[in-house]
Amino acid sequence: MLAWTIYLSFAGALMLALLPKGKNGLARWLALAVAVGGLALAVQGFVAGMGQGRTVLVDLPWVPTMGVHFLLAADGISRVLVLLTGLAAVAGVLFSWNIELRTNEFFAFFLALIGGVYGVFLSFDLFLLFVFYEVAIVPKYFLISIWGSTRREYAAMKLALYSFVGSAMVLIGLLAAYATSGSHSTSLIALGHAGFPVSFQMWCFPLVFTGFAILAGMWPFHTWAPTGHVAAPTAASMLLAGVVMKLGAYGCLRVGIALFPHGLDPWGFSFIGVGSWRDVFAILAVVGIVYGALVALVQTDFKFVIGYSSVSHMGFVLLGLMALNQIGVTGAVLQMFSHGILAGLLFAIVGRIVYERTHTRQLAELETMHLSRRLPFAAWAFVIAGMASMGLPGFSGFVAELQVLVGAWMVKPWWTVGAGIGIVVGVAYTWRALQKAFFSDAPASAHALESEHGHEFAAITWPEVTGVTLLAGVSLFVGLYPRILLDTIEPAVKALLAGGGQ
Amino acid sequence: MSGFPILTLLTVLPLVGAAIALWSGKHARNVALVTTLASLALALVVWTWLPADGSMGMVERAAWAPSLGIEYHLGVDGLGALMLVLAAIVTLMSVDAAHRVHHQPGLYFGLVLLLESGLFGSFTALNFFHWFLFWELSLIPAFFLIRLWGGARRGPAATQFFVYTMAGSVALLVCFLAVFLSTGSMDFGHLTQMASTGALDRAVTAHLGPVTLWLAIGVLAGFAVKVPMVPFHTWLPAAYAEAPSPVTMLLTGAMSKMGVYGLLRIAIPLFGHQIAQIRTPLLVLAAVTVVMGAWAAAAQTDMKRIFAYSSVNHLGYCLLGIFAIAVPAGGAAVFASQAAALNGVILQMFNHGITAAALFWFVAMLQERTGGHRGIDDFGGLRKPAPVLAGLMGIALFSSLGLPGLNGFVGEFLIFRGVFPLAWVAATVSILGLLVTAAVILTVIQKVFTGPVAEHCVNFPDLHHGERLALAPIIGLMLLIGLLPQLIVGAVNPTVVNLLAHWRF
Repeated sequence: MLAWTIYLSFAGALMLALLPKGKNGLARWLALAVAVGGLALAVQGFVAGMGQGRTVLVDLPWVPTMGVHFLLAADGISRVLVLLTGLAAVAGVLFSWNIELRTNEFFAFFLALIGGVYGVFLSFDLFLLFVFYEVAIVPKYFLISIWGSTRREYAAMKLALYSFVGSAMVLIGLLAAYATSGSHSTSLIALGHAGFPVSFQMWCFPLVFTGFAILAGMWPFHTWAPTGHVAAPTAASMLLAGVVMKLGAYGCLRVGIALFPHGLDPWGFSFIGVGSWRDVFAILAVVGIVYGALVALVQTDFKFVIGYSSVSHMGFVLLGLMALNQIGVTGAVLQMFSHGILAGLLFAIVGRIVYERTHTRQLAELETMHLSRRLPFAAWAFVIAGMASMGLPGFSGFVAELQVLVGAWMVKPWWTVGAGIGIVVGVAYTWRALQKAFFSDAPASAHALESEHGHEFAAITWPEVTGVTLLAGVSLFVGLYPRILLDTIEPAVKALLAGGGQ
Repeated sequence: MSGFPILTLLTVLPLVGAAIALWSGKHARNVALVTTLASLALALVVWTWLPADGSMGMVERAAWAPSLGIEYHLGVDGLGALMLVLAAIVTLMSVDAAHRVHHQPGLYFGLVLLLESGLFGSFTALNFFHWFLFWELSLIPAFFLIRLWGGARRGPAATQFFVYTMAGSVALLVCFLAVFLSTGSMDFGHLTQMASTGALDRAVTAHLGPVTLWLAIGVLAGFAVKVPMVPFHTWLPAAYAEAPSPVTMLLTGAMSKMGVYGLLRIAIPLFGHQIAQIRTPLLVLAAVTVVMGAWAAAAQTDMKRIFAYSSVNHLGYCLLGIFAIAVPAGGAAVFASQAAALNGVILQMFNHGITAAALFWFVAMLQERTGGHRGIDDFGGLRKPAPVLAGLMGIALFSSLGLPGLNGFVGEFLIFRGVFPLAWVAATVSILGLLVTAAVILTVIQKVFTGPVAEHCVNFPDLHHGERLALAPIIGLMLLIGLLPQLIVGAVNPTVVNLLAHWRF
């Protein structure tokens, strides 16, 4: 059933593309119906998959001469990420309810992107995975360049170029792996058993891992992320930070680590304490955590604060992966889910609920608007999202980051120390943004006074309330009852780390 | 009786109340009153159900996230149950006192009830994660209550409060992460047992090197901020003064006890041996807290700041008692002193909670009647126009001063009875604090209630019936505990003996 998430999304995209112009209301409801349908399938797949290992969903020969199959399968990691995609899709549609420009095309691109994402998470064939990965990039470009804001062409181009460079690296690695394996199959399951030579893994792993990690926002290849997030329309920011960055991290895990585990072995020599690719990427992850947090601390644009916070939070995912132990990788997967939900919520509040009413994202201007009084719903939604993002206990982020920290500590304690500094700075930037944007006592500027007396902000609409409730509720529920996801993630991670291919 | 999840019910009840209050607008205070009354009734039930042998009662356990050592584990002994009763009484008083919240009452009372749930949760939790969840849960509403309903300089005060407590929380989290990595457990009971055999120290040393002492210091710092202990106290005067008085009642009456409770439930059981090693500097800090708190109170004219600093002073006695008992086992005489001091500390926590909350309530009443004045020089001769107010506030003030016959005396007496044989220098220095506090309190009484009636106070309205009715049980409780301290000590003593038997210094 899970495979139908992909077909449904693409079918929905096609229908919306063919919809006559001007039927904006119909387009919205159709998009919502498709997204909800996808979510329902994802939930059903998640529940049905509890306690089960990997299950093959579809296996059809596709390019027989090369051994390429249309092979869809799901294990615990896929099921959790598909669930995340379903949630992000529904929330994304809800927060795009006010799109009036070329509505049907917008939702067509949106659903095509979602379909691609579902495809990546469910592909167990290397080339199929790569195809879906590319399919996801194209709609992203159009969503930003047509419906975006601040320097949208520049941001869209930057995003596309970074993505393609990453894809090219991945593609070289994949072709080399296919050629080296000698087996006439591109199935991840078969390749996992191929047993590549260690020397081959040593150069292929960093290539593939870096290629995917670019999309995960790994420092120093992260710069597409903040500009892209800021320029994108709200729903696209939500998807970009919420699920597209997870594609990169997922690729790092499913392809990079699972196929080339020996690429992480020590080199046999060490240079200033760095003795393997594992050390290299872990250090980049820690730098990303701290750097992202520090840069977020000095932003003047509200949306950039959230943009850089994504870089910081994704650093935890990469760090957890590099811990290479049960608890660290489990934490990384949970952090993917958690950050997907929270980044979506934060971008929705900043980009949709606040910006569409105040028409500014400058913290200095928001300070004079007294939003806690005038937009109490936005203020309290941000309080909850901010607390969750800070990693306060009771929310999903706490359990995820705790596991990553524990896992990293078991390898090298100072990684944890570095990441811990990032958490402290994370509290600071979230809290600074909260204070400035919502709870400031600064005297109202003439402009703000005028607009305050001139007109009230538009009332909060039902899609906004529903979206916030959905995302915040999921984060809280997972935070209070993490086993709902951990019981599914843990066996899958165990199987993956045990080797023998996934 | 056993098996009924009364502690879970107690924790969830205020959450439900908060949700209802949030949507009930003008009626929010009534919702909060009903909720806090019901909570108090439940807390009293917990108190009566306590096991007679001082062990953990009403225990609830359920798996939560086993891979992280996280468990849903609650239970109470005499210490926890007394804190539950205190939290319930103080929250009820605070809600009662807050009858003039016009700005967003639904949100206000929702946050107060959320805070109450945080208090209940942290006083019953027996697993670090579970406890930390509620510890943080109480911080957020407190921050917003100060930030949104506070006085003129509420912004900096709330920020300072938040930054200090958050820094303390991070220290606690880091230390517990280290403990978890070394032992694989976050369970207080299990860790206490490990500590009593020295296994905790060995495990930490084996995993992380000789850092146990530093972990002890980190945990102490986390709690020292909340109590507060010099030099971590600087957030307190601003927060207490800027918060609306009913919120100050909660901060001083109940939240400061979270710090002392944490020392007794977590720091001493897990790191008793390490604390014993640094006992002397800790006793110096405790004595400084006692004396400095009193001196600083003497230098203030704003009544809220006076009582804020005198809170620092009163909780200093608790710190003194806790650090003084950190001596290796040494026969019946030492044990008797330790037991006396610990009984005193627990009683003092309760007494200070009641008395300090009452004092801030009286300040709120004075402010209401004079349009916001609360300096000791703004009043004069109030005993003539408002004899009932003067009499009742006088009782509360004398209770704070530690007059025999009132509740404050018994706790402080027991602490000094226990501390003198164990650490006579610190005890002697702290006597200075008692004297200065007496002078401060007498100055307040003199300037506000006696002397010629100030001109604008001639028509000062006395307490009306509603206020008398609300205050009567509190004042009655002060007298009752003062005359029959056995009511509390009798129930707490088995717990004290039980705790001391499990601690290793």
